[in-house]
Amino acid sequence: MFSSRMKLADIIAANHNIILLLPRFGIPLGFGEKSVREVCVAAGVPVDFMLLVCNLYAFDDYMPSMEEVSTIDMQPLVPYLMASHNYYTRERLPHIESHIAHIAERMDERTGSIFKQFYADFRREITAHFQSEEEHEFPRLIALQQSCRPKGAAKKVSSKSHAALVDTLNDLTQIVYKYLPGNVMPEETMELVFDILQLSTDIQKHALIEEKILEPYVAWLEGGKR
Amino acid sequence: MKPLVSVLVVEPSEIIVEGLRSMLEKAGGYNMLSPMHDVAMLEERLPVLSPDLLIVNPTLFGSANVRQQLSMLASQRPAMPLVALVYQYVEPDVVGSFKYVVDIRQTRSSVLSLLKKAVDDLSHVDEAGETSEDYELSDRETDVLVLVAKGMSSKEIASQLNISVHTVNSHRKNITHKTGIKSVAGLAVYAMIHNLM
Repeated sequence: MFSSRMKLADIIAANHNIILLLPRFGIPLGFGEKSVREVCVAAGVPVDFMLLVCNLYAFDDYMPSMEEVSTIDMQPLVPYLMASHNYYTRERLPHIESHIAHIAERMDERTGSIFKQFYADFRREITAHFQSEEEHEFPRLIALQQSCRPKGAAKKVSSKSHAALVDTLNDLTQIVYKYLPGNVMPEETMELVFDILQLSTDIQKHALIEEKILEPYVAWLEGGKR
Repeated sequence: MKPLVSVLVVEPSEIIVEGLRSMLEKAGGYNMLSPMHDVAMLEERLPVLSPDLLIVNPTLFGSANVRQQLSMLASQRPAMPLVALVYQYVEPDVVGSFKYVVDIRQTRSSVLSLLKKAVDDLSHVDEAGETSEDYELSDRETDVLVLVAKGMSSKEIASQLNISVHTVNSHRKNITHKTGIKSVAGLAVYAMIHNLM
């Protein structure tokens, strides 16, 4: 497990995915030999929260209890999740789409359009999923954090589940490297596979934070912090 | 009964070819394709003739890079054993490019046992090939896949195909296991790419 006295550089060396989290916390690169605590203080990020997220990303069996979570400053949770959504919707999803459009151009028209349509459907579903969280779950937590009673009962979000979205991403990688014609731009196809796998890993951890931290935390606050 | 092993002989000498033919006929289990006298058309003809075993006189490849020419042949039919047929001195490097070497001065039994060994190796490859074929969808699984891809529920598929829901679900499980695809949308893409719908 990572601690606040460790060098941030060592944490990234131990799990390179963590480098992707830095922009979501507003932490710039070029942190030299500074410890996690020093970097967090400089960026105005609660260090316990940053460590919570890094540990969840790096250690598959790490799952903090609500007792532990309740001692952590969770104010940055919604801004962090929003920053992740923005990273997916504004950077990764369009990037993957441009690879797909590029590769599809070189295929026969029918296969190309099936391929593009599959991705377009996925992109629409995941964007709707994010949007629904941003409109229902996030405001609810913010209200609770400001000690207001949120209006009405919690609304059960009806968009596609995290597991179904991850399954679709997995299907996409299978289709790309197993079933598309192999002679169409192999280098770009491999880049695409790595991009999708990276996104899939990231989204699985993101889903874990929403399901195992956000949701129980909201329930805990609603239950009067029992 | 085991299927006959089809043998393509590439050898200019009719005496040698006829000698081989007689030996193979007497041994049984082989079907000799009409022989070729040189390698000029070999690469082109291989996919058409699709022999199980290729016996070729390595001097026919001339002085050009034999190893390279052989690997081109092997890439067309990876499972096909290549047997060199030698009756004079051949560069060790050239002979070494072949997995099996028959010298015409060998006795009948040692020639036949060597060819049998080559064929046995081939059947091992076949067995391995069969296990990988198990990952191909069966006809029934393909039927189910198409209906799933059309958006039908297991219950609807069961009544359409006149089988139990349990059987449909077991087909669906196999389809996902074999293709690695879980979502209905992904299966629809699979079906369309494979021209199943």
